[in-house]
Amino acid sequence: MNNGLGFTVERWTRESAAFGIAVALVVLALAAAPLFAGADAVDKLTTLFIYVILAAMWNALAGYAGLVSVGQQAFFGIGAYFAIRLAVAGFPAYPSLLAGAVGAALLSIPVSFFMLRLRGGEFSIGMWVLAEALHLLVNLDPLIQGETGTSMIAMNAFAPAQRLAANYWLSLGAMLALLGAIFVLLRGPFGASVQAIRDDEEAAASIGVKVIAAKQTVFILAAFGCALAGVLWLATSITFQPKTNFGVQWTAYMILMALVGGLGTFEGPILGALFFFFVQNEFGENGVWYMAGLGVVAILFALFLPRGLWGEIEARTGLRLLPVGYRLRLTERTRARPVM
Amino acid sequence: MSFFNLVAQGVLLGGYYALLACGLSLMFGVMRIINLAHGDLAILAAFLVFSISDAFGLSPFLSLVGVLPIMAAVGWALQRGVLERSLRSGMLVPLLATFGLSIALENLLFEAYGADTRSLGGMIGDLAFDSYEVTSQFSVSYLAALIFALSVALLGGLSIFLKTTSLGRAIRATAEDPDTAELVGIDARAVYAVAAAIAVATVALAGVMLGMRATFDPYSGPMQLIFAFEAVVIGGIGSLWGTLTGGIMLGLAQSIGAAINPKWFLLAGHLTFLAVLGIRLFRDWARARGGLRSALGLGG
Amino acid sequence: MSLLSVDRLDVRHGLLQAVREVSFALEEGEVLALVGANGAGKSTLLRAIAGAHQPSAGSIAFDGADVTSMRAHKRVARGIALVPEGRRLFGDMSVEENLRVAMRVDRRGHWTLDRVMELFPMLIERRNSLAGNLSGGERQAAAIGRALLTNPRLLLLDEVSLGLAPVVVEQLYKSMTSLLEGGATLILVEQELNRALSVATRVLCMLEGKIVLDGPAKAMSRELIVDAYFGLRRAAVQGLR
Repeated sequence: MNNGLGFTVERWTRESAAFGIAVALVVLALAAAPLFAGADAVDKLTTLFIYVILAAMWNALAGYAGLVSVGQQAFFGIGAYFAIRLAVAGFPAYPSLLAGAVGAALLSIPVSFFMLRLRGGEFSIGMWVLAEALHLLVNLDPLIQGETGTSMIAMNAFAPAQRLAANYWLSLGAMLALLGAIFVLLRGPFGASVQAIRDDEEAAASIGVKVIAAKQTVFILAAFGCALAGVLWLATSITFQPKTNFGVQWTAYMILMALVGGLGTFEGPILGALFFFFVQNEFGENGVWYMAGLGVVAILFALFLPRGLWGEIEARTGLRLLPVGYRLRLTERTRARPVM
Repeated sequence: MSFFNLVAQGVLLGGYYALLACGLSLMFGVMRIINLAHGDLAILAAFLVFSISDAFGLSPFLSLVGVLPIMAAVGWALQRGVLERSLRSGMLVPLLATFGLSIALENLLFEAYGADTRSLGGMIGDLAFDSYEVTSQFSVSYLAALIFALSVALLGGLSIFLKTTSLGRAIRATAEDPDTAELVGIDARAVYAVAAAIAVATVALAGVMLGMRATFDPYSGPMQLIFAFEAVVIGGIGSLWGTLTGGIMLGLAQSIGAAINPKWFLLAGHLTFLAVLGIRLFRDWARARGGLRSALGLGG
Repeated sequence: MSLLSVDRLDVRHGLLQAVREVSFALEEGEVLALVGANGAGKSTLLRAIAGAHQPSAGSIAFDGADVTSMRAHKRVARGIALVPEGRRLFGDMSVEENLRVAMRVDRRGHWTLDRVMELFPMLIERRNSLAGNLSGGERQAAAIGRALLTNPRLLLLDEVSLGLAPVVVEQLYKSMTSLLEGGATLILVEQELNRALSVATRVLCMLEGKIVLDGPAKAMSRELIVDAYFGLRRAAVQGLR
């Protein structure tokens, strides 16, 4: 497609086309997993999917919209709380979970009007304070009894194997849906708008980008995503404990995964989640030393691999697997205009 | 509890919060870094003082004299070794670095000291519980008053330092525009390192004071970080004296909340934080529409 | 030995090349007028010499030493001072504080706070005003004064008259006569061609990052410069390089 201008614009590269096929195959394999894999593997994969969701959501917020939130656990926890409240009130288990996530997303709408007008650090810690406030409010619920928490007894209506498979497919489905949503959003003009806002809000506004609306969209999507992750976590663990579900460690994991994987890239959070999942599995047993090691790893990444794993790969090889952006390929040296 | 007692408690608690928040305000104001390990550094200092006092039978005040320069050096090293480099990759990377430091510190402290809560209160004799009785209903704890005085002295001293000394001016200039500061001969990196050293030294002091007036354990850091940040934001980012006002407001809110219901101690603080932000947003919104009256359609 | 020697300098903004293979040498006492259209690379060149922008290729030598990778504040210590485009005063600090900040550098010389105030008397009554509240002309004076207080051997002035009323510019240049007559070495980026020619001993014209004209001011005619400025009749101009 040489238009004589000296370059072509392309979206799909050879690598991304090949990768697309590979991804389709992997998804099919994953979908079939509960049929042939052991219970432990299925359970672990479910956890991995939840990590991917969390990483992707935080990456969407910080990497694409420039919103650094240290309080996403607010939605992770409140979604689960709504779900358990509904279940206790008599609603069926799985619909309660979904409703809980939707409820959290609805809550995020008024929250967004307030929070998104905060700048930088105020927004970051403001979200954390919000999470703490929600945590404490939930503690006041007699059902929850402070930090004691409660269990989602409705889940016991299902046989463990059934539950395992259902949770697995739900998590896989949620992950694919959310990743798909981000992919579609980013590919379109919305993606360009959002990144423009991240890079220079004023400049973006001056060319007509609706800044608040764009940020809100990402914020609500991320809230929904984190809430989905939260209810899925509840589904797998069955117990709801405010300290766990509203804990700031969830954001800590999100930050770690997103930054280790590569902020602002599509592939990054997936890589980050895989990294965290792997590390958690191999070394999680070591308790305190593991956590300390995780901290050191974070520092090392900050120092030596600030672009994250995928960011480094992309920078060094120019490899783009998923056709999210545009590539400029120079086909010939652009000739200088002759001086008259 | 009498009203005056309540207010006094709140204000004095605010003094502690101001002391705690001072360093955070400085780091954020000068380097635009949110130090997620801020609270943990305070706790580290408390543990160091504990160990030294325990090992040598010294008063914590004496150990503090030794620990402060150590912590200042830690701050300096943190800036030059880790944060300086992280900053080059953008504003988000220091977040990852300080988060890593926070996790590492908490867990290493746990390894070293175990889960038990500690206190320095047992090492300062009567100061831990002595108070001055103003009336039969209203007394002021000596320790709380001391902390408040320290806080005011520190904020005042820092203000004077920044306003009148050559280094202080250099810090202010670098905080405003590091590139231009370099163009007039200021070594921005050195300035940042000094700011970090001061910040960590002040939070170390706060940590030791926390140890004296209350208890601490390896995982107490994050809560202190939230308090510090709430104080900074309530008082207005960028103002040292604002940090004192913010701290006092936070202390008052928490005390009043606790008086209504002990479970509401923390929640009152968080809700006040959100309320202050809300009021500020509303005020800005009104201002953008030409003042409160016209914004509300009241004419005039 | 030249005071400043720039050799095949390349400076980029991301992918955009702002300065291409620029080479020239400056002797002590010369007043160099750097002219060219917007985007020609003049500011970028000055910033690279001052150390605010790292070049991607080439070298810069000052007073015999290679300063190419030296950080800006060290170059100030050696005697290079830049008055940046847009003045870049510290708006939250007073005029006097802005000036004092520049005095941290350990360089003795002619310029003291009092002497700078003498040079720009308009600053005397504004010494305690916040720099952010000054008028354009006052800001330019303060910015120049701030640079002077580092007692530089080479002063780089970027767009002195930009955004200022002619009357104000006139006043500024009048104040600077003593500076200019005192034998300072200057590189001056100035949009007003006549003004530039009246003070300069040498002219350098840039076009799209390259030097297209370099010669003594006396040998320049206005026509010659304008042609070079717009990239016209390059063949005739080449003869002067």
